Amino acid sequence: MNLEELLYAETHEWVHVVEDNGEKIATVGISAFAVEQLTDLVFMELPQVGTAVEAGNEFGEVESVKAVSPLYSPVSGEIVETNLSLPDNLQTLGEDPYEAGWIIKIKLANEFDLSSLLDHESYQRQCAEEG
Amino acid sequence: MRNRQATKLIFELSQDGRRGAKMPTCDVPRQDVSSLLPAAALSASPPPLPEVAEPDVVRHFTNLSTLNMSVDTHFYPLGSCTMKYNSKRNERLAALPGFSDIHPYQPDETIQGLLQLLYELQEMLAEISGLPAVSLQPAAGAHGELTALMVAAAHFRELGEVRTKVLAPDSAHGTNPASARMAGFDFVTIKSNADGNVDLEDLQAKLDDEVAVFMITNPNTLGLFDCQVNEIANIIHAKGGLIYLDGANMNAILGIARPGDFGADMMHFNPHKTFSGPHGSGGPGAGPICVAEKLGDYLPLPVVTKHDACYRLDFDRAKSIGRVRSFFGNVGVLVRAYCYLRTHGAEGLQQVAENAVLNANYLLSQVKHMLPVPQGDRCMHEFIATASELKKKKGVTAMDLAKRLLDFGFHAPTVYFPLTIAECMMIEPTETESKETLDAFAETLFRITDETKECLQEAPHSTLISRPDEVQAARVPTLKWTPESVHVTDK
Repeated sequence: MNLEELLYAETHEWVHVVEDNGEKIATVGISAFAVEQLTDLVFMELPQVGTAVEAGNEFGEVESVKAVSPLYSPVSGEIVETNLSLPDNLQTLGEDPYEAGWIIKIKLANEFDLSSLLDHESYQRQCAEEG
Repeated sequence: MRNRQATKLIFELSQDGRRGAKMPTCDVPRQDVSSLLPAAALSASPPPLPEVAEPDVVRHFTNLSTLNMSVDTHFYPLGSCTMKYNSKRNERLAALPGFSDIHPYQPDETIQGLLQLLYELQEMLAEISGLPAVSLQPAAGAHGELTALMVAAAHFRELGEVRTKVLAPDSAHGTNPASARMAGFDFVTIKSNADGNVDLEDLQAKLDDEVAVFMITNPNTLGLFDCQVNEIANIIHAKGGLIYLDGANMNAILGIARPGDFGADMMHFNPHKTFSGPHGSGGPGAGPICVAEKLGDYLPLPVVTKHDACYRLDFDRAKSIGRVRSFFGNVGVLVRAYCYLRTHGAEGLQQVAENAVLNANYLLSQVKHMLPVPQGDRCMHEFIATASELKKKKGVTAMDLAKRLLDFGFHAPTVYFPLTIAECMMIEPTETESKETLDAFAETLFRITDETKECLQEAPHSTLISRPDEVQAARVPTLKWTPESVHVTDK
């Protein structure tokens, strides 16, 4: 995955959008920065396939030894797939957050505007400020 | 002292047939238990109890107790928890038979002394909070939050208003959202601004007619007094909502500022923090709540009332939300709180707050050169330092520092709370610590920040168990011994 192609939410989720048969499918995960901040992960709760999500709203949560943190959807649409093996292999998020560590796939709502998300450079800037 | 025995479970010390005492042969004829009880009531096998001699038991538990850190043995600057010294005087008084040997079903006339104490405690809490109606029933601070939110819900139900939301800032204790959800509300987080206070713009944006309660901790979990609190109260009140004050940090403003005067409609006290009740081991806690007059009718049952010179438990309250706790709550810690309040008096309480704030500011001035304090040079009763720079510089985290402090005989500060500050340590010295103790802590922290990454990442070095596997402990907790259990060190 070329990280520079990814878009990001301020809440540290990444999005990778591909067109498939005229439908836009967004793969969503959390950034390496977020995983590092969360420290050792303990649990993850995934949503049901078919759930409608709206940008900025919670779609699941991840629990670390530090705290429970909500996962926010960076885009609006319908969840079409979840990474079912992830909750039992949370170390994947640390090892490979942008490929094997993907969390959900969302069929984008037609009207959803990706320009509301941060590009790689802006997101890096945000992390530098927070870090 | 390194006592390996103390890490074994009492069950692992068990030897078949070993007994604490051997009694002389019984001169009463022995009857088989199966002739006394119906078969259905009999267990197939005896329970797996540990078989140990009396010295085994005493050594086991005494040794275990020495592995713990406590306010009686160590400086304990655990932020937000207000680990002040628990005066032994309070223990002596709470153990008086008139308090400790009574039965909850005794008639009111036979427990007038206790009821008078509880009534006076209600009055004192009303005075300190500036909120006149008090319930001593809730069994903990979080239970106080829940109870107060149920009181708020009853109030809005009577008004015929449909209010579904509870708001609180992102620096709030996790109990706030939990209490809101348990009381049937939706929870909405309000952002903090760069100063660590409530972001008024975000509050305005999320405020509507459906907001029932805004929960605020003031001083907040960053150790700051949010001076906008009056303005926030005005904004919420103008929309018909109520203000709940999370009283976790009351130690900083005792006798100086009253929540009822700065806009709160409801609040709880944590007697184990603010009024020096023991944190555990002295019996269960309490979370008394104080509410504005208009909410008083909804308080849980019973309330202590006074008629002429007679005190009684009043159950005749038609609008009450009912019981939230059996009998009369956890009286033991309330008796200790009463003793604490009477020992200090009004002036003494003010001094408690002043010294708590002075100690925290002194320690802040000693620590900030090593670990930056993002919220500036002044604090209330606690402050937040961050190890972010240290982490960037040499890969050492707040957790590593906290663990290493144990080696030097200091309990660790709270780490990684509030979540709004990266790599944070929340340090609360309380008023009962001397300058010498604070200096020793600061010097130790200075020494530690200079140590190697390897030394810090492997700390603590002097405790029997260094770093437990927190992930495994959370994912696969082994909470119960069974005969099949295998001790970790035996694997």
